[in-house]
Amino acid sequence: MTYARLVGEEIANRAEGPLLFLSRSLDVGLNEAVEVEGSDGSVRLGRIAALDQHSITVEMLDDTAGLALAGTRVRFFGEPLRFQVGPGLLGRVFNGIGRPIDGGPPLAAEQAYRVDGLPIKPSAREAPSEFLETGFTAIDLMNSLVRGQKLPLFSGGGLPHDRIAVDIACNARLPGKPEETEEFAIVFAGIGIPHDSAEFFREELEKSAALARTVLFLNLASDSSAQRLLAPRFALTAAEYLAFVEGKHVLVILTDLTNYCEALREVSASRGEVPSRKGYPGYMYSDLATIYERAGRIRGLAGSVTQVPILTMPNDDITHPIPDLTGYITEGQVVLDRDLHRRDLYPPIRVLPSLSRLMKDGIGKGRTHADHPALAAQLYASYSQAQQTRVLASVVGEDGLSEDDRKLLVFGDEFEQRVIHQGVEARTLEESMAAGWAVLRGLPRGELHRLDDRQIREHLLGERSQREPPR
Amino acid sequence: MSTAATIWISGPVLRARPDGPFRLREAVTVGEQSLLGEVIRIARDEITVQLYEDTSGLRPGVQVTGSDQLLSIRLGPAILSRIFDGLLRPVGDPSDPYVKPGMQVQAPQRLWFTPSVRVGELLNPGVAIGEIASGAGIPQRCLVPPDLPGGRVSAIAEAGEYSDDQAICWLEAPDGRRLTVAMTHGWPVRVPRPVQARLASDEPMLTGQRIIDCLFPVARGGTGAIPGGFGTGKTVLLETVAKWCNADVIVYVGCGERGNELAGLLAELTELEDPRSGRPLLERTVVIANTSNMPVSAREASIYTGITVAEYFRDQGMNVTLMADSTSRWAEALREVSGRLGELPGEAGYPAYLSSRLADFYERAARVRTLGGEIGSVTLLGAVSPPSGDFSEPVTTHTKRYVGSLWGLDVRRAQARFYPAIHPLQSYSLAADSLVRWWHAIGCTRWQELRRRFLTLLEEEARLERMARIIGRDAMPARQRLVLLCAQLINQCFLRQSAFSTNDRYATPSRQAVMMRLIGSFIEGAERLLEVGVPPEAIRDQAIFRHLMRMGEEIPEGDWEAFSALDQELTATLRRLINQSRAGSAEDAGASEVST
Ligand SMILES: Nc1ncnc2c1ncn2[C@@H]1O[C@H](COP(=O)(O)OP(=O)(O)OP(=O)(O)O)[C@@H](O)[C@H]1O
Ligand SMILES: [Mg+2]
Repeated sequence: MTYARLVGEEIANRAEGPLLFLSRSLDVGLNEAVEVEGSDGSVRLGRIAALDQHSITVEMLDDTAGLALAGTRVRFFGEPLRFQVGPGLLGRVFNGIGRPIDGGPPLAAEQAYRVDGLPIKPSAREAPSEFLETGFTAIDLMNSLVRGQKLPLFSGGGLPHDRIAVDIACNARLPGKPEETEEFAIVFAGIGIPHDSAEFFREELEKSAALARTVLFLNLASDSSAQRLLAPRFALTAAEYLAFVEGKHVLVILTDLTNYCEALREVSASRGEVPSRKGYPGYMYSDLATIYERAGRIRGLAGSVTQVPILTMPNDDITHPIPDLTGYITEGQVVLDRDLHRRDLYPPIRVLPSLSRLMKDGIGKGRTHADHPALAAQLYASYSQAQQTRVLASVVGEDGLSEDDRKLLVFGDEFEQRVIHQGVEARTLEESMAAGWAVLRGLPRGELHRLDDRQIREHLLGERSQREPPR
Repeated sequence: MSTAATIWISGPVLRARPDGPFRLREAVTVGEQSLLGEVIRIARDEITVQLYEDTSGLRPGVQVTGSDQLLSIRLGPAILSRIFDGLLRPVGDPSDPYVKPGMQVQAPQRLWFTPSVRVGELLNPGVAIGEIASGAGIPQRCLVPPDLPGGRVSAIAEAGEYSDDQAICWLEAPDGRRLTVAMTHGWPVRVPRPVQARLASDEPMLTGQRIIDCLFPVARGGTGAIPGGFGTGKTVLLETVAKWCNADVIVYVGCGERGNELAGLLAELTELEDPRSGRPLLERTVVIANTSNMPVSAREASIYTGITVAEYFRDQGMNVTLMADSTSRWAEALREVSGRLGELPGEAGYPAYLSSRLADFYERAARVRTLGGEIGSVTLLGAVSPPSGDFSEPVTTHTKRYVGSLWGLDVRRAQARFYPAIHPLQSYSLAADSLVRWWHAIGCTRWQELRRRFLTLLEEEARLERMARIIGRDAMPARQRLVLLCAQLINQCFLRQSAFSTNDRYATPSRQAVMMRLIGSFIEGAERLLEVGVPPEAIRDQAIFRHLMRMGEEIPEGDWEAFSALDQELTATLRRLINQSRAGSAEDAGASEVST
């Protein structure tokens, strides 16, 4: 924090949960940051949540346990919360409000940035069009991620999204570049996660040496709700610095946004606001947008901010306000499936409801591979046919099916077992595509209406030797 | 001017104690940064103001300054081909990539003006005084602002370049007042601009999308809404229409949606050519952008700003189409402000006046005779984003009451990557009957008949599909299988139209008519075959079926030869099948039931 603009003594009147009520003897503004120093010398961060003529409501970002009213000093900074960042961010671990928790030295801060960020002018944005490889076939081949995109993972309780998050953090790379390159960095933020998950993330990243290219933010379930709301904002401030000041391509993984929304609901209720759907505040759409819209590229600048936010759908319900509002803001979604998970397929990604809206701009000739779009379209078309055939087979029985329909059923299984399922090994896009071509070979020719003759000849009739995908 | 002292702030809303008179809907500025706001409620000793910018740092005591004017925007020729925020302040300046509080209105521009009136002429309000070359491809006109009384020309500038805020024409009003006219003038966004008369419309607003133009058309001056859950294709559809529809001017309002989408749209509009004029599409477009992370209340205003801009061009005798993506975000902005005012919430938390606000908005669409005596129109298209994709929510249900065309998007179609995912059974058009004559006039005499035919087939298909799922397709009688086959052709070749296909992203009415006729011939031919005992599978397995299925994708605009070749191929195939069946039934009566 920069220097306090004003200091108030003996102005605290009441403390209640995370809120502290002060008498308004000073000229301060909405949303400004404050520091509260207790009589015991402890310092806590907060921000001004509401103001009227007589009182100031401060939302404390640190735990208020042990805070006494008498003898507290309140320092007002006269500006919104800021995060001081500079070189040396990579490899560090912070809590949700940007304090190092890895025992390392404080950051050699270069400049302080508003944690709320500022909206990028639409006309200053560069439309995203460059592929980013995650190592997962279901994403890279079927729902490609593009630099500057925001593509959330819709998961459910008990599904392996933590594992997927770590795998993406470890394996993601700019195509054609090694995993460690100056141009690429990861910002990983755990939001409201249990202690065990936090340890898991830290250990796994350390083990794979990915930590060196990562900035890790850990906001624990035991931290205050107000702090939870800031964790993604501190993480994104770091990401924007890396992207637009240091010129890196930054992949931001935020998990779990559901915890964030719960905190938003709690804080809103404590302020006595009128709730909207399922008790979440009516402004949740706009609030989530201030996080998700921070993904993007800026014209004339080298870097990019790509987001993969992860959320758990309450009751696996995709129409619940959290996934629903998220889907309305993000550029597609990747949906995890309990059934695939039960069958031990990893990653258990259900491709039909998944969608990457920017995929079309980032794949194909000159970007990934000339035949990538046709391959993905054919796999989508045939797999959705296979799904319908499964339904039919469950009604009329497999014997009632035609020869072609039975081939489709086989294709459906193979697609899940050999394209979607890949186990622990990351695949390059080439390997993913090979897996895709391989399963198409079993289909009758009449099914292949998304491929042209050359593609069929080259990739399916084995005019060149085809590698088996790695298992 | 009156001032007031702020006493309370919550998000974009503040209350202040006035020391002079304020008016409802008056524009105000707040604090040192001159943040823009609007008075939305007045009481004797308190005014309530809605702010159009980020309110961080505002504090009680901050001064509110009145403007004595309703919240207005400055209209002029230089807004064409540019991008603005919800209050028509430019956001195109590349020197600073971020939106910051306290933005300014567009600086005056120098433009070439050529007068068309002489000293001494008597001018009514809304009448043209000259032409303006704005640099963009479209010639514009300068009108006497509709809120001036008009009068006799006492002086007029010669042809030349002038600053657009400078007086170029002087009028003497009947009451003796001396009035000046510049190329720009202010207009309050919430007040519809006056016209001579509203006219009926018998001309389509062509979108180039077959499912719209042929099945659920919208007339010039009409209204249409696109409800659909996330990812079902609202934005792509609106953008496609913005690119290819036959309007003179497009006003695209991005209301509470994504920044990347707008960036993509701007890039495309710059690159793509208008097939009618050969100029970049951007030149006929005004973009009003208020992305989801920009201040919420400006989202509310952006809809009115957009429609006021649209009316401004309409008044010059142009056909304007406005798209609003998404009206649900606008309704949510209403709800948020209403909540902060402590108003009694109605359905789903929306204020009770949601319905009347929606009605007011769609009411501003019209085909009109302008004050200047010309014909112009504003067509309104709005996306609706129902929570959970549930069409029974308030914004969708109220919108349905006011629009003439509804294009309901279907999640299942979207998931099967069938685009546009408009579901024929969840869509309608009240304009279709009035457009029959127009299609007739361009030579498509069977438009109405084929349209009905297609709709009936699609309805039957929905019923039969349910049955097919239970007993399997093959077990159904031949007549029903034929219905499914014809419906498949209509769906796959006619209704499906990829926005990203170079050949098929739009279709001219002639190309639509040809395709419609070919499908009609196929249906009739297949029915005749069935009568003589040829099962539908026999024709499905002929090459012609595949050629018909792919004609949209493969035959480009203007290649009429390819279409007539298809027509011949169809006739020949039908004749061959009939002959075969005659010959076959002569030899063996049972053979015709065997499917190939
Ligand atoms: N007409 C079309 N042709 C081809 N693809 C389409 C078409 N319409 C939609 N799509 C595909 O569907 C995706 C989602 O469409 P779109 O962004 O328009 O959805 P939306 O309804 O606006 O969603 P949201 O409410 O979240 O904004 C697009 O990215 C595109 O891939
Ligand atoms: Mg959209």
